[in-house]
Amino acid sequence: MQPKFVVGASIVCVLTVVGVLSPWLAPYDPGKQTLEAALKAPQWFGGANFLGTDSLGRDILSRIIYGARVSLVVAFAVVLISGFVGVTLGAISGYFGGKIDFIIQKLVEVVWAFPALLLAITILAFLGQGLFNLILALVAQRWIQYCRVVRGQALSLRDRDFVMATRALGASNQRIIRRHILPNLIQISLVIGTFSMASAIISEASLSFLGLGVPPEIPTWGTMLADSRSYISTAWWLALFPGLCIFLTVLGINLLGDAIRDLLDPRLKRTVKG
Amino acid sequence: MFGTLPVLLLITLLVFVLLHAAPGDPATMLLGQENTAADLAEAKRRWGLDQPVHVQYVKFVLSAATADLGRSFRFAAPVKEVIAERLPATIELAAFSILIAVVFAIPLGVAAGARPNSWVDNIGTSFGLFGISMPNFWLGIMLILLLAGNFHLVPSGGRSTYGIAGPSQTGFYFLDSVMQRNWAALKDAFLHVLMPALALGVNMIGILMRVTRSSVLETATEEYVVTARAKGLTERIVLWRHILSNALIPIITVVGLELGTLLSGSIIVETVFAWPGVGSLLITGVTSRDYPLVTGLVLMYTVAFVTINLIIDALYAFIDPRIRY
Repeated sequence: MQPKFVVGASIVCVLTVVGVLSPWLAPYDPGKQTLEAALKAPQWFGGANFLGTDSLGRDILSRIIYGARVSLVVAFAVVLISGFVGVTLGAISGYFGGKIDFIIQKLVEVVWAFPALLLAITILAFLGQGLFNLILALVAQRWIQYCRVVRGQALSLRDRDFVMATRALGASNQRIIRRHILPNLIQISLVIGTFSMASAIISEASLSFLGLGVPPEIPTWGTMLADSRSYISTAWWLALFPGLCIFLTVLGINLLGDAIRDLLDPRLKRTVKG
Repeated sequence: MFGTLPVLLLITLLVFVLLHAAPGDPATMLLGQENTAADLAEAKRRWGLDQPVHVQYVKFVLSAATADLGRSFRFAAPVKEVIAERLPATIELAAFSILIAVVFAIPLGVAAGARPNSWVDNIGTSFGLFGISMPNFWLGIMLILLLAGNFHLVPSGGRSTYGIAGPSQTGFYFLDSVMQRNWAALKDAFLHVLMPALALGVNMIGILMRVTRSSVLETATEEYVVTARAKGLTERIVLWRHILSNALIPIITVVGLELGTLLSGSIIVETVFAWPGVGSLLITGVTSRDYPLVTGLVLMYTVAFVTINLIIDALYAFIDPRIRY
């Protein structure tokens, strides 16, 4: 087992457990304000607030634990939905070709012309804040990665002997795509999905930081960072811990993605061994 | 080349539809709540908001084609001028980020790729992973906290210290200070751009390093490299002449693609550092529902992104003589 895989998988597992069990793990209610205890420095193991409190006296640790939940929900939802949309459209586009392919590829081109964060900002600016809109805004850009790669693969798969043979046996297009094309696209989609999850977490945090993501009453790592900016010279812990969580989470997912890619792409591995 | 135009047209349509699907009325937002119905009607008439949506759209596309992007509600000035005033700041910032990324990432990537599994490779690979996993706005905040707040080495935000630079001629502060031989202003501009450029460039460093490494690794197994070694060429010539010149194509592609990411990254980094560029302008436009400004900016970003990709395509033929269009 590669160390990359172990470290990456552990981080992702910890995040998942913390996210799922946050109501039981958090020492306090993340929204509870105790104004007399505002801006307390981290007390580590010696006091009531392990990682300190924010300007409204809310417990940082509890907010970070609840924030993991939002990151988790957004990341999984974005990866699953964009994966489903992208793989389906890519497979259809590559397998059928012709007019359908042309229309889907024009759509890809239009979305591709937007720098990644810009489309999300534009959509959120017009539709307003909210978890659903945030997921929609992130999916809007991410499905094209799957679509482009899967289309290329599907193009080469459709003329392969085993697909021809199935067609000769009288299988319908739907059956061929579902039973013979899609299973061959799982590996590559898995790799894209892992890296896409990492970028979804950063994007979610960025948008929440800009005040365009989830509503401010929901604690997320991005909004915690946005709140920290007013106290940057007096309360370093407000900015350090949420950011560290984003960084470690993304690092873990990227490690996992690297490990999966090495596992599935023996060509690259051979190169490394030289 | 000709495929670009319909794509741009579709983009304007997409943005326009989104703008008008948005809840909230811009005239009310700009005038505030305490206005009579007559004031509102007058404002709507002046900004053309009382006309049917499709008329507004056709007007917009026609004027955009002649580079007239309308008037900004918020700044009460032509959008073109508002954007043009802010654009040099973003270009300066992006140029510095690319410079930092190229200077750090390519040598590191080549060193790592040339000696796989060595200590250089291990350091380089960790550095690359670190770079791609770093949220740039958090790095920005941490840099402000440490370098500006604790050590007072650099200013925490903005583009220049008031009173040091003379009146700007080009909008590019570096160019201005060199033209005016104002070395204090040059140093000042450099100190101001350092932190935002580092924060903005960190992801590019990571990606560029990883791509350089794997591209060098892959090229190193080619048969002509084996031949070059067998001929008895020194390792240095093999690396620079045979490996690196051929490994350059994917590296250039990534620099080009990352320019787009850099553009959108600048939106958030500019906000963190109060950098007066088009990125922070977009956020201002979005929060004040300045329709013409946001539409103009989105159009500018997409045109820039599409143009960069065209230029990269043209560069391939220059770098690799095997490619001809």
